[in-house]
Amino acid sequence: MPQLPGLIKGLGVTARTAGRTLFPKRGWKTLIPAPQKGAVTVQYPHEKEAPPDRARGVIALHEENCTACMLCSRSCPDWCIYIEGHKVKAPPRREGGKPRTVNMLDRFDIDYALCMYCGICVEVCPFDALFWTPEYEYSEPRIADLLHDKDRLGEWMETVPDFLDYEAGSEQKVRKVPR
Amino acid sequence: MSLLALAYWQETGIKLGLALAVIPTTSLVLVYLFLFKMMAFMQSRLGPNDTGPYGSLQLIAEAIKFLQKEDIHPAQADRRVFRMAPVVVLASTFLLYVVLPAGPDAVVENLDTGVFYAMAVSSLSVLGILMAGWASANKYALLGGLRAAGQLIAYELPLILAVMGVVVQAESLNLQRIVEAQATGEIFGFGAIGNPFILTQFLAFLIFMIAAQAELTQTPFDMPVAETELVGGFHIEYTGFRFLLFFMAEFGTAFAFAALASVMFLGGWWIPGFDVDDNILNILGPGVMLGKILLISFFIFWVRFTYPRLREDQLQKFAWKVLIPLALANIVLTGIFKVVF
Repeated sequence: MPQLPGLIKGLGVTARTAGRTLFPKRGWKTLIPAPQKGAVTVQYPHEKEAPPDRARGVIALHEENCTACMLCSRSCPDWCIYIEGHKVKAPPRREGGKPRTVNMLDRFDIDYALCMYCGICVEVCPFDALFWTPEYEYSEPRIADLLHDKDRLGEWMETVPDFLDYEAGSEQKVRKVPR
Repeated sequence: MSLLALAYWQETGIKLGLALAVIPTTSLVLVYLFLFKMMAFMQSRLGPNDTGPYGSLQLIAEAIKFLQKEDIHPAQADRRVFRMAPVVVLASTFLLYVVLPAGPDAVVENLDTGVFYAMAVSSLSVLGILMAGWASANKYALLGGLRAAGQLIAYELPLILAVMGVVVQAESLNLQRIVEAQATGEIFGFGAIGNPFILTQFLAFLIFMIAAQAELTQTPFDMPVAETELVGGFHIEYTGFRFLLFFMAEFGTAFAFAALASVMFLGGWWIPGFDVDDNILNILGPGVMLGKILLISFFIFWVRFTYPRLREDQLQKFAWKVLIPLALANIVLTGIFKVVF
């Protein structure tokens, strides 16, 4: 039975982990079981884990930058971004020029019941209107409430962390977070 | 039952009530202590800790959850067999408890063929599992049921052969007699701690525990319910209360097998090294027995949480090529020692 030492070692590993979890204290205090200290897991509703700055929690929208170009909506793999807009005449940029046509954003919804957090929309946005934020507590009792409209998405902007530099040599474009 | 003179129906009523109270409690204790807590600690987690003190009411909450679920039959299912299957499995568990002694007189029925009865009844659950697998009209359930049948037949043999060693040494099939044989026995003239058969029948004990692990479909041998390949095996189509019955039977049987092992190898209700009066033992016995059962089930679940699943061919090879020859050798050796000494 060449497997026998390995089998016994395996039993030892689980027993040792159990011991370390149940009795994490040192010295004479070892005898006091304190699994709350020994367990490596974070007891979520009671204590919160700080997600890393680049965590993909929820997508924030900076409405002023959005031109309703639909790039994000079209590149979304499961079509969970709904955009509606209309064109308006804006005054010309220079004196005596032609009036411009600009897109006005009427509706910008992301359905988080569908979103799979791939981040393609954030990547593809040429106008720096979409940002990742590490917030993750937005579960809802009703699935329809997971559709965030542009006001709700705008509220997330406050939680967007400052841009972290990419590592040296990266060709990703550097984004400025509008404040 | 010499102190109280009870009519037959009164005695039966008391025994029935006790059985109905004890069996769900046993699976409750095992699931909470080992499946929830010990497993969590072995994986450096806390396990359930919000429902009741230290999460002890979690299982009750889950049972209530199961009771609320809709009772679903698959359209193609053989309805009567489908409904009967969990009852058959649970019945085998209930019948096992009939012969388990918890004290000199604390036993439901002191059968002369106790060991034989326990082995026969425990293999009934295979029928229920096959019924469940077949009647579900689901390929995964069928595969799980067939795997269960193949596995339980393969491991029934070493289980019985391992027990044979104990029976030969105790010269009786009666479980109470086996306990007495351990209490009064001697190991080569040294009798201070009696003769718990785990010392003289260690090989049989190992074989029994491995085979019991397979009988209970606990993890290294859990192909019949392998959730990663058969998505649950034979109980895939069961919901609500019927699933709860399977669940209860699984852990009730684990408790019963641990009890059998502690009766046959650790001396059951008898306290090693102490000569205690029978009447006191009737009261202390269940506690002693419970301690031994928890020790044995600790090992069952320790192994369960440590090892990955075996492959089907490895499992069959292990039973037929290793366990059965070893068990046969153990019987021969025991016989020789019995005759010589």
